[in-house]
Amino acid sequence: MAAIAQPQTLSLSHFELQPGEKSILRFSTAGSVDDGKSTLIGRLLFDSRGAFDDQIEAVRKSPINRSSGAIDFSLLTDGLRAEREQGITIDVAYRYFSTSRRKFIIADTPGHEQYTRNMATGASTADAAVILVDARKGVLPQSRRHASISALLGIRHLIIAVNKMDLAGYSRSVFDAIRRDFEALSPALRHPWLTFIPVSALEGDNVVERSPRMAWYQGPALLEFLENLDVDSSQSDLPARFPVQYVIRPHLDFRGFAGQLASGWLATGDRVVALPSGHTSRIKEIVTFDGHVDRAFAPMSVTVTLEDEIDISRGDVLTHVNAVPELGRRVEATLVWMSAADLETGKTYLLRHGPNEVPARVTEVINRLDVDTLTRRPAGALRLNDIGLASLEFARPVAFDCYHDNRRTGAFVLVDPLTNLTLAAGMIERRLEAQRRRPTASFIADRVTPPERTEHFGHTAAVVTLASRPNLLEPLERMLFELGAHVVVMRQPVSPLNALLEAGLLVLTPLRVPGALSAGSLQLPDDSEAACKEILEYLRGEGILRTRSEYDAGEGI
Amino acid sequence: MAMAQLSHLRALEAESIHILREVAAQFAKPVLLYSIGKDSSVLLHLSRKAFHPGRLPFPLLHIDTTYEYPELIEFRDRFVAEIGARLLVYTNTAAIEQGANPYDLGTAKCCGLLRTRALVEGLKHYGFDAALGGARRDEERSRAKERVFSFRDRQGQWDPKNQRPELWNLFNGRVDPGESIRVFPLSNWTEFDVWQYINLENIALAPLYFARPRTVVVRGETLIPVEQNVKLLPGEQPQQIMCRMRSLGCTPCSGAIRSDADTVPKIIAELFSFRRSERENRIIDHDQDGSMELKKREGYF
Ligand SMILES: Nc1nc2c(ncn2[C@@H]2O[C@H](COP(=O)(O)OP(=O)(O)O)[C@@H](O)[C@H]2O)c(=O)[nH]1
Repeated sequence: MAAIAQPQTLSLSHFELQPGEKSILRFSTAGSVDDGKSTLIGRLLFDSRGAFDDQIEAVRKSPINRSSGAIDFSLLTDGLRAEREQGITIDVAYRYFSTSRRKFIIADTPGHEQYTRNMATGASTADAAVILVDARKGVLPQSRRHASISALLGIRHLIIAVNKMDLAGYSRSVFDAIRRDFEALSPALRHPWLTFIPVSALEGDNVVERSPRMAWYQGPALLEFLENLDVDSSQSDLPARFPVQYVIRPHLDFRGFAGQLASGWLATGDRVVALPSGHTSRIKEIVTFDGHVDRAFAPMSVTVTLEDEIDISRGDVLTHVNAVPELGRRVEATLVWMSAADLETGKTYLLRHGPNEVPARVTEVINRLDVDTLTRRPAGALRLNDIGLASLEFARPVAFDCYHDNRRTGAFVLVDPLTNLTLAAGMIERRLEAQRRRPTASFIADRVTPPERTEHFGHTAAVVTLASRPNLLEPLERMLFELGAHVVVMRQPVSPLNALLEAGLLVLTPLRVPGALSAGSLQLPDDSEAACKEILEYLRGEGILRTRSEYDAGEGI
Repeated sequence: MAMAQLSHLRALEAESIHILREVAAQFAKPVLLYSIGKDSSVLLHLSRKAFHPGRLPFPLLHIDTTYEYPELIEFRDRFVAEIGARLLVYTNTAAIEQGANPYDLGTAKCCGLLRTRALVEGLKHYGFDAALGGARRDEERSRAKERVFSFRDRQGQWDPKNQRPELWNLFNGRVDPGESIRVFPLSNWTEFDVWQYINLENIALAPLYFARPRTVVVRGETLIPVEQNVKLLPGEQPQQIMCRMRSLGCTPCSGAIRSDADTVPKIIAELFSFRRSERENRIIDHDQDGSMELKKREGYF
């Protein structure tokens, strides 16, 4: 093979989890005020030594102690000065602890004020959610909201920690009743995995160690459960998606596309397509600082080079040619509105989807979710902390998956281009068909991309030679035509223009071509949109552009 | 293909590299704040990984208080030259000319001028729109709520009550002229993660982190290494003690701890056996309860 020395190829075990190493589990916590969330987290940090001795000492010395014990664990987790003074927490806070098997990242979300915004934020990166329920109070509307927002954000594992069991006499019937109430909600929650654990955060029962005081409970303690939880949301067994973040070009011989695999695997030699540009190539190398690898999987950050010099930039997504994502300009999505400024339909926002940034508009608010009853009601607008279903239109085609299938490539945020604020979080529910018959609501002066053509025609461009079976040309043409394909038979070499016209296409050109219709001789207004519309009228008048119904009528018997 | 998982250090590494690349792509003029400490050494290492085989797309900025340990400056210059990075050094010379020093002003005020002010001014002086820092959320309680992309207004201030929502791995780096974003790629790392990663990757660190006999004075529970600009209090006797620094600050204000950990694995073992959060030995944090939060509102990291 090549005489040039190749950089050393690394074994994938350099990155992969090895026996004895830790994996990461991210979970969110939620509960109503005073359910004991801070105490529970404080205890997890304390017992696993996630809090430092001096921090514990400071808390021990604190004049505030709302617990009956020697130390108020909840103070370990209270953050900002103002909040400490008011004794409340109002923003998502991240906490860290680890055991010999796992590193845990807790997104601690306050359960009252602004709960939707905060819970959605905390849940967006979580693999599991721990929801606290006070054994004496049972399932409250708050608990229902927490469960519903967690499920909406795609968390599959919901753990209901029934807390303060010490105040409920460690009673099995109390626990069972709460469990039944909660399970009654479950069908509405898209069947997340529900696990119930009776605990006392204050006394430490079933938090780290199984409690002898609830012998009737056969399941694991909370930490034990979290340590063993199989994170099935692992992105690596989904189709490959590699959003290009940055192009690395140190010299003319190297053009690397840097990014973090959002899902799946890539290997050298794989045939890939860049979307939305539609260019295809093969993966030449997968480069890391530590060495080249033959394969890479999500969520590795790598740099790939391609066999062909194709034009790819930030925002393109590389995928395997046989497992492409959706591509389109219109979607239906669930929005979590996070701004004090209400949603305005028709206003231009910026869609941030992976590294891609595209102008976008909400065309319609379809309904609003009532998180208390888990029902959807028709709605015309969304306000701060509302959740609702809406249709959106992007200025350019975007390659995406539905959130349900892929949490990375199905998620986006909306940003206000004027104030720069992040307004909403979005989860794509489905692609909306291009509305071909109705003129588009907005005028978008972008060129038509190859993928859009593919979507429109139902096939990509290709030449099929039948040199050995020329008699198949006509039957195959007919068969493809009936399928709706734009197909043409070329028996002799023809000029490019004739070939296009024979294919029945409308050809636009800046060139002067004999026999061409000259739209330029019309009196056209300056505004592009108005000018284009005038040309459409002209083409209709010439009998070139027909509406579908005319076409159907003309062809009908 | 099969489901696969990354080890926690590789997962943290991949996440940080993603953040670093977002910074390079989203901002016109980013900078990496290089304090020479272990966290910014890890950050620098990750930056080299993120843009390999290209060069770093941003310079390094060191805020020099002029009260730094000389061996730190030596290490800085050698290392930066070795990796071919571009280093900028900024000092609040106006304050120093007016006599700012920790002895007369007290730690809080001095730090306010020579670190906090200097940082805000330095960023303004060069016109940086994003500043990468090595701060972690586990360091101090007020940091637990800080975003990875943390907005700063025209005065360089942080408003903890009014942060941009940050979901998934989508970061909003849009700013108007004069505003900026502080970016913390190590947000989700703990002190243990940092040390374990330094060990795994063999990252070069300033010698101050490692134990050796040093001439110090014992002040309360802290050991203060005797450097040329450390002023002794009445009755203080310099003595030789085996010790190391847990975090690096100015000579008069950062204390050492008794230790014989002279390698990274020994430091990790030591961390497991006693746990004091590292900033405890930086005197600035204990001036007032919650003082880090005050500093941050004013622009300190
Ligand atoms: N008896 C009992 N009290 C608890 C338990 N967990 C928390 N508490 C107390 O309930 C009160 C509220 O707890 P806290 O953790 O601050 O609640 P948060 O508002 O959910 O964070 C405090 O006085 C705690 O000491 C528990 O399991 N049993």
